[in-house]
Amino acid sequence: MTVDSTAAARTPRKRTAAKKSAKKSPGVGAPDLVQLLSPEGRRVEDPAHAEYAAFVEDITADELRGLYRDMVLTRRFDAEATSLQRQGELGLWASLLGQEAAQIGSGRATRDDDYVFPTYREHGVAWCRGVDPTNLLGMFRGVNNGGWDPNSNNFHLYTIVIGSQTLHATGYAMGIAKDGADSAVIAYFGDGASSQGDVAESFTFSAVYNAPVVFFCQNNQWAISEPTEKQTRVPLYQRAQGYGFPGVRVDGNDVLACLAVTKWALERARRGEGPTLVEAFTYRMGAHTTSDDPSKYRADEEREAWEAKDPILRLRTYLESETDTDEGFFAELEAESEALGLRVREVVRAMPDPDRMAIFENAYADGHSLVDEERAQFAAYQASFSDAEGGN
Amino acid sequence: MAVQKLPLAKAINESLRLALETDPKVLIMGEDVGKLGGVFRVTDGLQKDFGEDRVIDTPLAESGIVGTAIGLALRGYRPVVEIQFDGFVFPAYDQIVTQLAKMHARALGKIKLPVVVRIPYGGGIGAVEHHSESPEALFAHVAGLKVVSPSNSSDAYWMMQQAIQSDDPVIFFEPKRRYWDKGEVDTEAIPGPLHGARTLREGTDLTLVAYGPMVKVCLEVAAAAQEEGKSLEVLDLRSMSPIDFDAVQKSVEKTRRLVVVHEAPVFLGTGAEIAARITERCFYHLEAPVLRVGGYHVPYPPARLEDEYLPGLDRVLDAVDRSLAY
Ligand SMILES: Cc1ncc(C[n+]2csc(CCOP(=O)(O)OP(=O)(O)O)c2C)c(N)n1
Repeated sequence: MTVDSTAAARTPRKRTAAKKSAKKSPGVGAPDLVQLLSPEGRRVEDPAHAEYAAFVEDITADELRGLYRDMVLTRRFDAEATSLQRQGELGLWASLLGQEAAQIGSGRATRDDDYVFPTYREHGVAWCRGVDPTNLLGMFRGVNNGGWDPNSNNFHLYTIVIGSQTLHATGYAMGIAKDGADSAVIAYFGDGASSQGDVAESFTFSAVYNAPVVFFCQNNQWAISEPTEKQTRVPLYQRAQGYGFPGVRVDGNDVLACLAVTKWALERARRGEGPTLVEAFTYRMGAHTTSDDPSKYRADEEREAWEAKDPILRLRTYLESETDTDEGFFAELEAESEALGLRVREVVRAMPDPDRMAIFENAYADGHSLVDEERAQFAAYQASFSDAEGGN
Repeated sequence: MAVQKLPLAKAINESLRLALETDPKVLIMGEDVGKLGGVFRVTDGLQKDFGEDRVIDTPLAESGIVGTAIGLALRGYRPVVEIQFDGFVFPAYDQIVTQLAKMHARALGKIKLPVVVRIPYGGGIGAVEHHSESPEALFAHVAGLKVVSPSNSSDAYWMMQQAIQSDDPVIFFEPKRRYWDKGEVDTEAIPGPLHGARTLREGTDLTLVAYGPMVKVCLEVAAAAQEEGKSLEVLDLRSMSPIDFDAVQKSVEKTRRLVVVHEAPVFLGTGAEIAARITERCFYHLEAPVLRVGGYHVPYPPARLEDEYLPGLDRVLDAVDRSLAY
């Protein structure tokens, strides 16, 4: 496995030389990429990846249709949220468009008793965990700072501070190991996040304590305006080696490969073999968030090239050509999508603003005299208005 | 043309441009500061004109940004680093507090750390969590750091020049909800001292002290109070470390009443320090206890509740009335 950083080390003063090798290094379509379904929707049989393929060997047409359904509904939900943002119903939205396979594949690999630590874009993983998608919208609408009970689906709250959750995931996994349980943890983060100290520290801790955690990095090529080369000089999955655990790069637009590799990694964790880094090589088709304008920093052609690798299209082609899936399935799904969109829209529009006293709720579990005092002052102040209005 | 009307963000942009032009040692560093020009476009166009060597897109790592800026400063550079939002400064907090703040003293004054840390801060823009906080007191509490915040375009322009020229580390808090407010900038003016408070409105009945985003609110309060026949003096503090207590004292000796306003939580905040010092200095002049208006001791609330949390016209006026009632 060649790593291009040596070239840079030899010519440390030559910025231009260093830059060239940086462009080359993350190796788009490198041979190490695990792919089970080609962009043309055909099964890829690569003996080098048989160990992963074994995890989806017996997958039925029904299960494949299930994955397809998950991706389609997730995309529909995401599109609805984007348009709700445009209509002023949400303050912000972080779209997952293009990352459906990475999320559904890895999400469906988890077991109910596993625990998921997402960042802020894992709407598809949330879907797999059974979180009602409308719960995800509260924080984007600005009515709460979380919005669900993490323990009800073993799906932790979204984390906005980049990389923090990888340490929480590692600690949780350390707890699982201490308890002698056989569940595992999966932590999501982006290629940009891989630069954070917290992520490096989580790699260290998980390796040292052999924690049952899978680090699932969705390399969608961009951290807002910065391409992956601004974060790393080696392909991200190769980082794991330096910490003493395996790293695998999977085609993040191939739901089957994502499912297989994540299952493989979770199984390793359950067997007590420690952490794995999975790098899902994918693409953020939209803007970073609805506040972002990608035309400032990236070319349209790039997106067009990735559209050809669309995760949903690829599975559809496969379903149509290699399975007994008929038109009726797609039509039914279309109707289901529409219904989901409608429900999301209705729920969001009806989502009330929180009561103003909610500011003082839950700052502490045990209560706090200063908060009590401020709550009382706030209430009295508010009451003074209604008294005044009442007196008018 | 020396006088221009510029939005606050653009004033900082022009100021950074001037600094890059005049001093080859000045560097701009941060996430997305290059092609994108920062998420608020404060560094817009600078990379295009000064190149990737001077305007540096960094990896997504705040500790790395500040830590390497310290090293660059040790090597003779003057880095101006951008932290994308207030709530994301904490991965860098260790570097700022344990290293940046203390190194000059540890080196017996033999080294200087001319690093400016720019932080867009404060609420009022309807953002998700970690995008609306006011952590200035956490920095002002640390010896070795200077902490400032402009409230208008002219100050933004000049204070940035002065911060970059300072041989001490300066934490430069930019009131993000005022980024788009336009104001006059005289690029040939002679600016006042970086750490001096400024009287923006004269008055005789009560002094309002604020900085950054709350200055505008306090000016509106003073205008509203005038209609009720009350004469309020408005001081823009501009610097939270050091604080120009002399200016506050002088005003309070005249008006005899003081209300301090900031977005940050009141508890152990900048206002607490001002209240304590002014009580010491002006005990016999005060007609009322120094009052503070600010945030509560709770996490910054979700966007739909931020108007309840942030001090607005009514809450400040209420404090004014309470003070005048003594
Ligand atoms: C500590 C911290 N610094 C900066 C930010 C601002 N920010 C939000 S998302 C983002 C880019 C993240 O990129 P990546 O990790 O690749 O994830 P992606 O959004 O592409 O999925 C940045 C810089 C943040 N949220 N947290």
